[in-house]
Amino acid sequence: MQLVPYVVVIPLTAAFLIPLVGKKIKLAGEILSGAATFLLLAVSFLIASSVITHKVLVYKVGNWAPPAGIPMVVDGLSAFMLVTVNIVAFMAAVYAIDYVKKFTDTWKFYSLFMLMLSGINGVLIAGDIFNMYVLLEIAAISGYCLVAFGTGPDELEAAFKYAVMGIVASAFILLGIAFLYSYTSTLNMADMASVLAAKEPARVMQFVSVLFIMGFGLKAALVPFHAWLPYAHSSAPAPVSAMLSGVSIKVLGIYALTRILFNIFGMTPAISSILIALAVISMLAGSVLAFGQSDIKRLFAYSSISQIGYIALGLAIATPLSLLGALFHLFNHSLAKSLLFLNSGSIERMTGTRDMNKMSGVLSTSPVVGYTGLVGAFSICGMPPLGGFWSKLIIILACLQAGHPVLAFIAILASVLTLAYYFKALSPVLFGRGRRDLNVAAGKRISFAMAAPVVILACLSIVSVAMLLPNPANVLLKDAVAILSSGKDYAGNIMGAFK
Amino acid sequence: MITYILCLVLFSIGLYCVLRKRNIIKIIIGIGILEYAVNLFFILVGYRTQARSPISATDQLIGHMVDPLPQAVVLTSIVIGLSATLVLIAMGIRIYERYGTFDITKINKLKG
Repeated sequence: MQLVPYVVVIPLTAAFLIPLVGKKIKLAGEILSGAATFLLLAVSFLIASSVITHKVLVYKVGNWAPPAGIPMVVDGLSAFMLVTVNIVAFMAAVYAIDYVKKFTDTWKFYSLFMLMLSGINGVLIAGDIFNMYVLLEIAAISGYCLVAFGTGPDELEAAFKYAVMGIVASAFILLGIAFLYSYTSTLNMADMASVLAAKEPARVMQFVSVLFIMGFGLKAALVPFHAWLPYAHSSAPAPVSAMLSGVSIKVLGIYALTRILFNIFGMTPAISSILIALAVISMLAGSVLAFGQSDIKRLFAYSSISQIGYIALGLAIATPLSLLGALFHLFNHSLAKSLLFLNSGSIERMTGTRDMNKMSGVLSTSPVVGYTGLVGAFSICGMPPLGGFWSKLIIILACLQAGHPVLAFIAILASVLTLAYYFKALSPVLFGRGRRDLNVAAGKRISFAMAAPVVILACLSIVSVAMLLPNPANVLLKDAVAILSSGKDYAGNIMGAFK
Repeated sequence: MITYILCLVLFSIGLYCVLRKRNIIKIIIGIGILEYAVNLFFILVGYRTQARSPISATDQLIGHMVDPLPQAVVLTSIVIGLSATLVLIAMGIRIYERYGTFDITKINKLKG
């Protein structure tokens, strides 16, 4: 059975079924979104196992032969990302069951959530560059609505700024696609790569690369395109923050950019140095700006900017080892950061505030939240033996191996800064004593639906290092790295699979 | 060539409007201009002087037709632009309800 289209079909069906039945049937949104995300998790694992044997899966929409028609393509990189996205999405959907009870009309939340998920999954399987743009817009526009879901003054302000910047970024991406189409006369990504390989390098390609770095860089929140992220990620509801920070910036920004730059254009030293510069600024600026924060979600948001810098650094150096480190860090950061954002929602419910100066002793009040938060923070800081340590170590070693000792030093410095601000900000929150009046102000306990996802994410963060073990554990990561390091072989592989 | 340059000018006007205007409604209008400039550019990419509409018939030569693909693409892109503008306007109305102003510099509860 052809499984590839189902990663978009399942969430899209749920997104349109929920408004139909949501008003009349109680819990319809919860059940449908939970079932859909669980199915998606199963389907993504099935696709991943099928990619391991077949290498490339393609689906021709409407059975039009390429380069006409819209193809859906899953290769090693897409499969790896699909698994990551759907793990986080399932956890966020389960967590949302209890969390969104504080809103009215919760079925709208689930509908938008599933729409965002179908957009994100669609970007991963798109084999057509305009189709990728459309699905990216579906994910982005439902993201703007979800950030504004609380319709408080803060949420609206954050969502408006996010939406304006996101739409301008999309205009740049579309402009890039227009230039690319006028140069290659095709929209199919594999066909485009083979057309570009046959042509002489032209100056228009540099312009298009810059447009894409601008557009996708803003979606990925690389400094200096990061201004929207601290607003949007701190104002959104906790499950949405987890999705935005955990997977959305990585798929809409990093994945789309690397797919285009590595597999269609082919990496050039100029592009690589631009990306390295952006990555270094992101790592340092994110860490430094995080120091002054008192809002717990804003701290995590700045930390996301800094960790995205690590991922971009690993991808920009583009040796097989650095690519491995970048993708593994992407996986670890997805798990750990979504775990932390989900926990911030639990803490907000327990203490009634997001201000870290007003909370203390979370560890003794709620051990589940405290210890899982500790695991997440340790993974992001890079404490052995958690996954984050190994991925940062690989990136630093790759910097040294590629002959960039300065970059390795900056990566270590940013890692130390990360440890410092996490320790400074979170140790009073977790270990602090006293001020019982503020703890558990509303006497609200953490329910099972809010505790189970973070426990699972914490366990996954602990065992994620197993993905580095030799065969067969590392097969998912190895395939993804092979896709990126093979560069422009992409065109031949995909075109071969179409036949 | 002059049409492409005018297209770029339109794009720049939209970008200027988004960056410099303080009124939310004017920012939304700027985004509209930005999107139309990109759509216009995409349509112009597929245009051919003196060409007819791309309707397949036995006596029609492909060399005499405009490229139909940008037209299909821009149609989708217009719909995306519409939905994005709609979301922005809905947010703008809610912001006016909460803050009582359309001035973006006065809508600054979030800092840092």
